[in-house]
Amino acid sequence: MTPAPRFSLGGGALKDAGLSALVALGLFGAMLGLQTEAAPGGLFLVPRPGLLAAAVLAVFVGRLAWLALLSRRPAVGYVANRRLAEGLRRSGRYVAPALLAFAVLLPLLVGRYGIDVGILVLTYVMLGWGLNIVVGLAGLLDLGYVAFYAVGAYSYALLAQTFGLGFWTCLPLAGILAALWGVLLGFPVLRLRGDYLAIVTLAFGEIIRVVLLNSASITGGPNGISGIPRPTLFGLRFSADGGPGTFSGFFGLEYSQTHRVAFLYYVILGLALLTNWVTLRLRRVALGRAWEALREDEVACRSLGINVTVTKLTAFAIGAGFGGLAGAFFATRAAFISPESFTFFESAIVLAIVVLGGLGSQLGVALAALVMIGGLEAFRDLQDYRLLIFGSAMVLTMVLRPRGLVSGRTPSVALGTRREISAELVAEGRG
Amino acid sequence: MRFGGLTAVNALSFVARRGEITSVIGPNGAGKTTVFNCITGFYRPTSGSIVLAQDGGAGFPLQAMPGHLIARRARVARTFQNIRLFAGMTVLENLLVAQHNSLMPNVGSGLLAVFGLGGHHRAEVLAIERARDWLDRIGLLARADDAAGDLPYGDQRRLEIARAMCTAPVLLCLDEPAAGLNPRESDDLAGLLRSIKADGCSILLIEHDMGVVMRISDHIVVLDHGKRISDGDPAHVRADPNVIAAYLGEGDDDDADAPLAAAQ
Repeated sequence: MTPAPRFSLGGGALKDAGLSALVALGLFGAMLGLQTEAAPGGLFLVPRPGLLAAAVLAVFVGRLAWLALLSRRPAVGYVANRRLAEGLRRSGRYVAPALLAFAVLLPLLVGRYGIDVGILVLTYVMLGWGLNIVVGLAGLLDLGYVAFYAVGAYSYALLAQTFGLGFWTCLPLAGILAALWGVLLGFPVLRLRGDYLAIVTLAFGEIIRVVLLNSASITGGPNGISGIPRPTLFGLRFSADGGPGTFSGFFGLEYSQTHRVAFLYYVILGLALLTNWVTLRLRRVALGRAWEALREDEVACRSLGINVTVTKLTAFAIGAGFGGLAGAFFATRAAFISPESFTFFESAIVLAIVVLGGLGSQLGVALAALVMIGGLEAFRDLQDYRLLIFGSAMVLTMVLRPRGLVSGRTPSVALGTRREISAELVAEGRG
Repeated sequence: MRFGGLTAVNALSFVARRGEITSVIGPNGAGKTTVFNCITGFYRPTSGSIVLAQDGGAGFPLQAMPGHLIARRARVARTFQNIRLFAGMTVLENLLVAQHNSLMPNVGSGLLAVFGLGGHHRAEVLAIERARDWLDRIGLLARADDAAGDLPYGDQRRLEIARAMCTAPVLLCLDEPAAGLNPRESDDLAGLLRSIKADGCSILLIEHDMGVVMRISDHIVVLDHGKRISDGDPAHVRADPNVIAAYLGEGDDDDADAPLAAAQ
């Protein structure tokens, strides 16, 4: 084991820290150093030299401290990391079952607010798992996933309004419609690769939103659609009147809002687990393997007789279908939808979850959604600083784990024991 | 085959016979890989035709077929000059992806397989058996569960050949399979190619290693600057003055024969 290079804490370090402080001055000069204040004469700029000086000094001292730390711990870091990685890998087997148990028992452990957060997290977990098929497994960079989310939501809302159909009837219809849209969208678009595919899918996401916004006669435009019916449990409604046709009446319980919320929670949990099961099964059969091979090397796939366009279309369509299911659930939970809920920011968050999860791993995506959405919710009180923490967390992740939370890919089939393949060998996908 | 103003392959015409090993040789830049890309559907020839003859009549017009159908219908497999394995997948998975079309003949059966229907399980067992046979044949059975990207270079080359053979082709096109191999590995490769020929698969080979070429080829085509300058069996090509001139240039008679003679 070669010793890591040691930094001597001398002139070199001071110059380095000085350079960092200079960069900080440039970055923070306008943003921290000046503050706008509204006064009778208009908007004024008030200088804050103290705050600026403090920030620059903090960067200078922090950089020196970091360099000092590097110079004093050469080899220990390597050994500690290895033992940590071993420990993580061995305990990794228990993480998934533990999370599942926690998810199933959640409504019994927390109150109404906790279940609401749980529903939010699970919605994003399901969206993440859906997009994981497109981005994580097939390696297609889709920046417009929110389009299928919107199609699912609006399909359910419109079907319920026009034909009076219930949630459980509309749910598969919403999924099928979204999958059809996936095929329609995918057909012209999938001949593009890489950045071009990203831009075009981004455009389609926005196009759907704008079309929804402007078709006021059908979709209600900016006013959206309200009064979307709630799901029933085998025909039992979750309403407050306590009559024979309701949940509380049937089981002879006192009406509580928590029942309805808990029911919604288990619906999304069921949908998410369905997504997970289908994805795991697909990975195991020829189609999923073809997706992963596509991510690795498209040219080689073609030379082996795999129809690349059809394979990409199936990934796109199945991912879209699950997005549609999640959209239908979102419509029923919120009881009101408008184009404002389906912006590019949603696509970006779901993509961030998938990329943070890493290497097409289901567990990684679930953890990433938990951390990101749970984190955003937990820090809600901090308002603007919430986004600062969000940004720093992303930078930290990129530095420490550039390929995502999960460290390796598990093969789908093996003659002997399945051994994890390290992240360096797995391709990111250029399609 | 023209690329704008550059004619990469100029009025090339040759026949690769069934059950034989045909080698295409020539100096670098002669257009050999371009010919391969035309045959296997990665380029569309600007003029001319490429026909893979079948038993009982019409052949496949390869110049007009899309790449994946050339592999699937016409059963032409290829390897690549710079190895294109699925590095992030295991050796076994690489060989299973090659058998994709027998595991999933169409999208419907592919989706049914999710629920365990459509005969997928049986097909997969057969596919794994075939993969195991090939792994045994190339000596990589012990490394079946290792990542393909972790294998040493020689093993990766053999794996790529095995992967191409798992598609059960009638014609195997190999692009410089001996590149970077030491003499012992080249011998093993020659043995492997002879056994593939003995099984009934025809081979079309691009190669620079004259030792391998002269030892195993039944028929050699020599290209230079996109044109065919010689065509025949190894003895004929070895002695052909056009070939000697192309590889070594015109000039001093004393060293003209040296490298080709060393390969005998």
